[in-house]
Amino acid sequence: MAYKPELLATAASIEELEKLIAAGADAFVIGEARYGTRLAGEFNIQMIKEAIHLAKPKGVKIYAALNNLMDNEAAESLHTYVASLAEAGVDALVFGDPAVLMAARTHAPDMALHWNAEMTSTNYVTANYWGRRGATRYVLARELNMEQVVETTASTELEVQVQVHGMTNIYHSKRSLVENYLEHQSEPGRLPQKDKNRGLYVMEAERQDERYPIYEDLNGTHIMSSDDICMLENLHELMEAGVGSLKIEGIMKSIAYNETVVRSYRQAIDAYLADPAAYEFREEWLEAIGQIQDPNRELSYGFFYKEQVY
Amino acid sequence: MTTIEKTTPRYQGKRNRLDKPELLAPAGNLEKLKFAIHYGADAVYIGGQKYGLRSNADNFSFEEMKEGVEFAKRYGAKVFVATNIYAHNEDVDGLEDYLRALENAGIAAIIAADPVIIETAQRVAPKLEVHLSTQQSTLNWQAVQFWKDEGLPRVVLARETSFKDIAEIKKHVDIEIEAFIHGAMCSSFSGRCVLSNHFTDRDSNRGGCCQSCRWKYDLFVDDMPMYSDEEDKFTMGSKDLCMIEYLPELIEVGVDSFKIEGRMKSIHYVATVVNVYRQAIDAYFENPEQFELKQEWIEEINKAANRPLNTGFFLDTPGTEDHIYEPEEKAAPYDFAGIVVDYDPKTSFATVQQRNHFKLGQEIEFVGPEGTFFKQTVTEMTDIDGLALEAAKHPLQLIRIRALKPVKPMDMMRKKLGRK
Repeated sequence: MAYKPELLATAASIEELEKLIAAGADAFVIGEARYGTRLAGEFNIQMIKEAIHLAKPKGVKIYAALNNLMDNEAAESLHTYVASLAEAGVDALVFGDPAVLMAARTHAPDMALHWNAEMTSTNYVTANYWGRRGATRYVLARELNMEQVVETTASTELEVQVQVHGMTNIYHSKRSLVENYLEHQSEPGRLPQKDKNRGLYVMEAERQDERYPIYEDLNGTHIMSSDDICMLENLHELMEAGVGSLKIEGIMKSIAYNETVVRSYRQAIDAYLADPAAYEFREEWLEAIGQIQDPNRELSYGFFYKEQVY
Repeated sequence: MTTIEKTTPRYQGKRNRLDKPELLAPAGNLEKLKFAIHYGADAVYIGGQKYGLRSNADNFSFEEMKEGVEFAKRYGAKVFVATNIYAHNEDVDGLEDYLRALENAGIAAIIAADPVIIETAQRVAPKLEVHLSTQQSTLNWQAVQFWKDEGLPRVVLARETSFKDIAEIKKHVDIEIEAFIHGAMCSSFSGRCVLSNHFTDRDSNRGGCCQSCRWKYDLFVDDMPMYSDEEDKFTMGSKDLCMIEYLPELIEVGVDSFKIEGRMKSIHYVATVVNVYRQAIDAYFENPEQFELKQEWIEEINKAANRPLNTGFFLDTPGTEDHIYEPEEKAAPYDFAGIVVDYDPKTSFATVQQRNHFKLGQEIEFVGPEGTFFKQTVTEMTDIDGLALEAAKHPLQLIRIRALKPVKPMDMMRKKLGRK
């Protein structure tokens, strides 16, 4: 079968989903915070059905996010949830806790399963391990470099998903660290209800240029990267490697921003697929993003071209 | 540490280890291994040269592992090796040989998180037990059941599990459960933090963690700092775990292995903490109905403590008082000063290897695993040739000191802090 990478996006609402379909997204990850974590927005089962209703006729896929680390209670209610997602007709379950695998084996035996354990999906042997247990896709850690991405893609039968644009999570605690701190300052409740869009970030003394967004929700406290990955210029390297799914993470971004980003990546992918040998990157795709990029957030290559030590 | 009013229900669970729960201690090097075991650990966990998460520790060579295993055998104790990294492709080569070498060295189990290490060990080193590391952040019984089905005899739970969660897991799955009961904690879900990668290009899930969660940060809202520089900064740093006050609850809920954190900690820390939990566990099993927490245990723990202590997630999600916003002060008024290497009952002089400065007239105390526990002042002190000394100034120097009561090799000597 001819190579055709998927352009995967997130959506915070039905409105955003429709606009990003129009902009060229092939698939979406959506869900609710009880089972999924760090989602762009909340989609209950009714809204997931609506999303499927909109997406399916256009050949667009809907994946349900169940990537939380589950406690006993959530894990037990998974069975009903997985059954209802299967009935609703989602195209895959995205998960990072083996409890989801256990539930899927019983309630959705034919469902595509995307293993996404965030920072801990780091090698091809582990990809194949989850593949033999039912996973169809391996979502790579954002901390891998290009060489590792290429090698992993070549060394596994599973589809590989790589994040190509947007912010990444760099710390997840079950604690309510912002609220704890405000309470320490004798100002509990100084901030309105927990919301990822309340404009909070942390800064470290020796890194005054870096703003790390921080937010709380029912899954705890999340700290996000100070930069946005942008692999648009080098997207062909990932396509040459045969990466199956290219993800644009739209969390904490406006619809207008995500529309522009999806459109630019769509153009690059289509141009590459039309004639890989003659493919040339066009500055205007990146300029469109640059014009609406938050000047406090650098567009970076993430860890793709970086050496890390340990 | 303050004594907490106990209002939590007492959960009952079945232990797989029916005699006593295992007391599992960290050992950063061979000497620490010997002290941990001598002071009462049933098992120790160490790091080898590769695949472990403490790349800064002076990790064990295979030769040292063999010596450690031999030493442990004399006490009926076991040695585990932490192979708890999340491996990258380039780490896969050499893994088989490494795991076979661990098996040959007599290691009883590895502690692993990444499936590549789990399945390779099961395939090439079947005598090695595989224990699922806390780095997998396992919180629910269905995930525990998954790992049991995969052939693992033991799961180290996520530090986010409560007594209630453990009881639920124990009710559903017949498997050994290991839980951290003492020591420093990640404030994030284990394995779900790459602060070090972003701040310093060091890979935290391969041992490069630089403890960025303990740094100080300014919290901004809408581009304005929320608090001034004079006020306490924001941090994610957690107090350290200490469950000595909840020992009966831990035993009754069915935890099979009580794990102490700290491969980077000192001999004094490991020996002191192990000594306390050993005494407490033994006292409980001698007479569960009459078991009482001894104030002395809490005092001992505090002498070794590096940070303020709390109970983690066992009772409830940690709150404001469970984080460290203010400058840390060393609570303990005592410091490690020496190790007993010999004792002469005829002269009542102990030979002590110096580990820190001490001097004539200073208040000291001796502590050991077989009941040694007394205070005295330094009244007479000589070097190994009998030359009188005012102070013990040289690291590792052998010092003779008059001891008020008999002491034994490997007993520790502490000094009271402050100039007198």
